[in-house]
Amino acid sequence: MPKSISGAEIVFKCLEDQNVDFIFGYPGGAVLPIYDELKNHSSIKHILVRHEQGAGHAAEGYARSSGKPGVVLVTSGPGATNVVTALTDAYMDSVPLVCISGQVPTHLIGTDAFQECDTTGITRPCTKHNWLVKDIKDLSKIIHKAFEVATTGRPGPVLVDIPKDIQFQKTNYSKFKKENKYNGKKHNNFNHKDIDELVKLMSKAKKPIFYTGGGVINSGPKASELLRELVSITGFPITSTLQGLGCYPGDDNLFLGMLGMHGTYEANNAMHDCDLMINIGARFDDRITGKIDEFSPKSKKVHIDIDPSSINKNVKVDLPIVGDVQSVISAIVKTIKKMKPNFIKSNKQQISKWWEQIGKWREKKSLEYINSNETIKPQYAVQRLYELTKNKDTFITTEVGQHQMWAAQHYKFDKPNRWMTSGGLGTMGYGLPAAVGVQIAHPNKLVVDIAGEASVLMTIQEMSTAVQYNLPIKIFILNNEYMGMVRQWQELLHDKNYSESYSAALPDFVKLAEAYGCVGIRAKTPEELDDKIIEMINTDRPVIFDCLVDKQENCFPMIPSGKPHNQMLLGPKDQEKNKITGKGKTLV
Amino acid sequence: MSKSKSAYSIPGKKGKLDTHIIVVWVDNEAGVLARVVGLFSGRGYNIESLAVAEIDSKLNISRITIVTTGTPQVIDQIKLQLKKLVPVHKVADFKREDKQVIFKEMALFKLVGSKDKRNKALNTCKKFNAVILDKTNKSCVIQITALRRDIDKMSNNLKKFGLVSVSRTGAVAMTRGAETFK
Repeated sequence: MPKSISGAEIVFKCLEDQNVDFIFGYPGGAVLPIYDELKNHSSIKHILVRHEQGAGHAAEGYARSSGKPGVVLVTSGPGATNVVTALTDAYMDSVPLVCISGQVPTHLIGTDAFQECDTTGITRPCTKHNWLVKDIKDLSKIIHKAFEVATTGRPGPVLVDIPKDIQFQKTNYSKFKKENKYNGKKHNNFNHKDIDELVKLMSKAKKPIFYTGGGVINSGPKASELLRELVSITGFPITSTLQGLGCYPGDDNLFLGMLGMHGTYEANNAMHDCDLMINIGARFDDRITGKIDEFSPKSKKVHIDIDPSSINKNVKVDLPIVGDVQSVISAIVKTIKKMKPNFIKSNKQQISKWWEQIGKWREKKSLEYINSNETIKPQYAVQRLYELTKNKDTFITTEVGQHQMWAAQHYKFDKPNRWMTSGGLGTMGYGLPAAVGVQIAHPNKLVVDIAGEASVLMTIQEMSTAVQYNLPIKIFILNNEYMGMVRQWQELLHDKNYSESYSAALPDFVKLAEAYGCVGIRAKTPEELDDKIIEMINTDRPVIFDCLVDKQENCFPMIPSGKPHNQMLLGPKDQEKNKITGKGKTLV
Repeated sequence: MSKSKSAYSIPGKKGKLDTHIIVVWVDNEAGVLARVVGLFSGRGYNIESLAVAEIDSKLNISRITIVTTGTPQVIDQIKLQLKKLVPVHKVADFKREDKQVIFKEMALFKLVGSKDKRNKALNTCKKFNAVILDKTNKSCVIQITALRRDIDKMSNNLKKFGLVSVSRTGAVAMTRGAETFK
């Protein structure tokens, strides 16, 4: 007969059965029984953060870089409300998280007890599903189900709210059996006729493009391999969303760079003019499509996605294929090899004009900027960081803003799971705790958070976590003393009224680093930049790198809001050349 | 060209709105109604009426009937988003014009006034399966089952016969014939 064990112990048994190695958390009254049990389970390591939001983002970084679900443990009330931002972030970017929260004892629920809040009510719209455990007998079933929901289909966060008395109560624990079927919510039964139809469209297309997104990354490393094969046997151009960077090598000639609001000129124009758009694991986000009514007007659109509700949500498509990216691409590759073994040869002629046109767009060199000898240009800083770290299998996280876009534009990723950024929710303060989680998952790899000085201050307390666990993360701050993206919008759209976007009292980041017990490095001139970056890379401790950059630099190219893809605003070089003055300004 | 000051794109053209009746079979568990209703409010969908009750106590299944309006694209999204919810088993969608589906709402009318007026009221209600549920010297309570528009009309018409209180349910729906929705 199995022995009767406490709810707290059941939590750990479940985590062990789910092969959880790390939990990110912060103790408090309503989770003390679980924390008490921690000492008996040596295979699970707890990472103590400094704020529950940090726990959530660290778990996101862990999940995104390792492909395993991230686990978060927080207390009731403020513990749960603090993690809401991270849950919403994970929900928007499809990151599998399992959050376990403590709750006041069941007999106190609804009495406005100390540190009580309606956790399942608050987190209902920002999780795939959540549970309030009211009976100890349901606990193990619910936790296992939570992992299943978080990791199957389109991944996302879930939350299990466990009242304190349930953590103390005892019951039997029955070993977990993995079931293959899941409440009918798994969607991978696409029709092979659709694949044939797609291959037919592909062989007819004169101006095709692959538009890939985070779904390729979420589908696993094999999906990226298959995608590379698919691109190489078709010779089609490929562009990627912010979240999809890394699923195709960033320095490859078939890759047009990122698309969207700050995407390249060639990627956006190719999206606008194409006759066949193959969306693989992306969701037609508004930062990608620009003005919906004028989005890629002449193309047949194919959408491959595991989430049926993503189909036709923003853009009507001609051929939807609901399925896991990896299985769908694998079927496409097989079909092409069988039906058209010489696809690339027979197709080369047909799409050569298209490539010619893309070449012309490329000549615009839309990512170029005017470099300087006196001040460090932020783009230059990212480029140098890339050149000096590209041979190291580096993991990059970012905060949100200009620096994020510059990182996406100038850091060329060649592997999936190396790029962690908050795309959907756009959470300032994501990068530092995410870097903590990435470094936990990959202790011997170089992990750099490309940050802005405003964003990083939102979660700077997590430096303490990095120091506590000897996590040698590098916080590479492009410091322009402004909330740069806010300033850019104010410059372009609000008549240079820089309302509240300047940070007048910034800390001395080098001293701040020292106060946290890590290393501070400052770079002021382009001349010293390389040496300082090398010094940072060679430091085997957490580093805050204060890179003082040009304060006025704007992030180009850019699709102004409410404009279609072919009306991009290019950088200062192009603007000078074409003398876009009065009339051009109204383009914004 | 006007200058847009928003970081978001300007709204596109709006399509034609249709009325649909969405029927959702869900696990009867705590919070399930909040999930369904929260989905509608969170994504800006419209709810005209709502009816919920357990229909199978053994399997623990409740049936939620929602009357909503939206463009075809929005109606599709409603169905797909509902299907994503973990406690949702199946989702059916009927158009109000659909002849193969029965829609019914129930209403209770309380009338206070002379016997003559009350009789007239009962007469007006006749074609909607009127039943008198309560009767006193001065008042009566009439139950009718009808379509939304008819109930709207009736509550207007009964005003002159001493209508003092109206209580009505949301619509429920069922297909005609031997078939059930799978």
